Amino acid sequence: MATLEIKALRKRFGPVEILKGIDISLDKGGFLVLVGPSGCGKSTLLNTIAGLESITSGEIRIGGRVVNDLHPSKRDIAMVFQSYALYPNMSVGENIAFGMEMRGVPKPARDKAVATVARTLQIEHLLDRRPGQLSGGQRQRVAMGRALVRQPSVFLFDEPLSNLDAKLRVDMRIEIKRLHQTTGTTIVYVTHDQIEAMTLATKIAVLKDGEVQQVGTPSEIYNTPNNLFVADFMGSPAMNLLEGKVARIDGAIAIVIERKDHPSIVAPAPVSADPNQIKEGAKVIFGIRPEAINDLQSIDRNARSVVQFDAPVEIVEPAGADTFVVTRAAGKEMTARMRADADVKVGQNYTFAFNLDKAVLFDPATTRRI
Amino acid sequence: MSAADNLLASRSREPARHSMTTRVVIYGLLVFFAFVYLIPMVVMVMTSLKPLDEVTGGNMFALPQHLTFQPWIQAWGEARIGISDTTGIYGYFLNSIKMVVPAVLISSVLGALNGYVLTKWRFPGDKLVFGMMLFACFIPFQSVIIPMAVILGMLGHFGNQLHDLTGFSFGLGNSTVNLVIVHVVYGLGFTTLFFRNYYEAFPTELVKAAMMDGASFFQIFRRVLLPNSTPIIIVTVIYQFTNIWNDFLFGSTFAAGDASPMTVALNNLVNTSTGIVEYNVNMAAAIIAAGPTLFVYIVGGRYFVRGLMAGAVKG
Repeated sequence: MATLEIKALRKRFGPVEILKGIDISLDKGGFLVLVGPSGCGKSTLLNTIAGLESITSGEIRIGGRVVNDLHPSKRDIAMVFQSYALYPNMSVGENIAFGMEMRGVPKPARDKAVATVARTLQIEHLLDRRPGQLSGGQRQRVAMGRALVRQPSVFLFDEPLSNLDAKLRVDMRIEIKRLHQTTGTTIVYVTHDQIEAMTLATKIAVLKDGEVQQVGTPSEIYNTPNNLFVADFMGSPAMNLLEGKVARIDGAIAIVIERKDHPSIVAPAPVSADPNQIKEGAKVIFGIRPEAINDLQSIDRNARSVVQFDAPVEIVEPAGADTFVVTRAAGKEMTARMRADADVKVGQNYTFAFNLDKAVLFDPATTRRI
Repeated sequence: MSAADNLLASRSREPARHSMTTRVVIYGLLVFFAFVYLIPMVVMVMTSLKPLDEVTGGNMFALPQHLTFQPWIQAWGEARIGISDTTGIYGYFLNSIKMVVPAVLISSVLGALNGYVLTKWRFPGDKLVFGMMLFACFIPFQSVIIPMAVILGMLGHFGNQLHDLTGFSFGLGNSTVNLVIVHVVYGLGFTTLFFRNYYEAFPTELVKAAMMDGASFFQIFRRVLLPNSTPIIIVTVIYQFTNIWNDFLFGSTFAAGDASPMTVALNNLVNTSTGIVEYNVNMAAAIIAAGPTLFVYIVGGRYFVRGLMAGAVKG
């Protein structure tokens, strides 16, 4: 049975519907990341799970129990806030113990629990300090400690890393992942950062305008996005989306991407696409990730289907580990992720190759994947 | 040296000269105004330390020839207040303390609770409620006197009934209690305004975190909000203390005779129409009357400005 089950959840603020029927479930030990652009309702969804916002209709179950009308403190959850929300007037130890104090846990038991959590998070030396005397990363740890000490069935994280600088963010991301792996806790995590989503999640839910666009494992979301929104939102640099047309060439169905000054790119239909849905003469959007575009030497040798073409190089961006090469196809910019020492020069015509195993097709009318 | 260098050099010298004149002007003005404000105070203190013949016969600005504390002793315990006995202002000073302390405490606590509810437990119409409470800040004292008198009269009547029933009137009808009620009601608008503006900027996530930790409405208030409200508490206490202590209108209207607060007693002492005017005693009494507010300002003044700013920036 799932630890967290959300069924047909709706939330309305006056005439505005923020959440339009959300269905998500999460098994014990799972790491669900709610991701989406700002205003998509992901924080509202988290707040309804936490009980900080009431729901208009639907059902939320935690550990099999309907918690729709339960007070936040009775839902068997703990939350880490974006601003950490540490009580400034209490020491770190008192902050962590506050919840237990409110529940009437005697002092010796509280001290013991605080000590255990402090050891896990390596904040033992900070217990007597005030939050104001801590660095961002330390506050983050204390906030996690305050959640951990309750041993809830679900942890809620509301954009916990967005206040940290870039390096610390990476460190804390690893920290959270390690915490999840070692303690086997169930986590719901809200972020707008798709890299956090990809690296942390066992399950990602992509939201837009109060609707779930796709729920799946990070690789499902990344490799087979349900629609154009998910394809465009997840991944950095974003997936290349090129307009093409379905045609029958030499008896086989192929995707033709027309270009002005260059011959069209003709590619066999990608393996991910459902053959029954590919209609001859129809317009399609051909989606391909930057790392599936490379030169002939570096393209995946195991790829079953590769197509090559020449294109002018417009911009070269060396990023250390990779080099991003911006070229143009079908009137749109197209980014290729190539190895760092690739011999590519601006202005030159270069031979690229698509790894069609990784390509996807979308119907431009419905924006859904074919 | 080129012309450009000259220009640069003169530019770099200019700010220093400029700031020197500015400084002289600023400090000059400050010293002047400090002088203007301090002169009455100095005259008061000096006069209160002179014997009466030196006051009436001598120069106001002359230092005391025969230093005496007799006027202070007289003002405190022996002076004739109005037409009553020669009791000094001692009893009235206590009246004021008995009125000010509960009135300040009650109005501040209620204001803090109001501010807490109006910002962290919002309800439909909360803005309207706050707007109406703000009216208390704009209503002139004089216009509420008659309605207030009617209500206090009713409360007094109710107190008498309670007294007949239970043998205890719960203080209803007592002048000091009446004044406490009046000042709490009148001060509530201000204290609510102060606390609401302060709590408006107070992070709501802290309240949510405390909720998730299982703290109740009052536990959140007492354990999370109040300990982080020191600046605004001090502002409110200073403001309320000064206002209530210095109030004359309500004091003279709703309390009479021996129950009068300090300000009324001071007026009765100074405005006496019998005998000679003992300026030295009057001055000593006036300084005693101003003492508590001065004390509060000196102790809490540092926080006063800071707290006013904290409330003012966001709200």
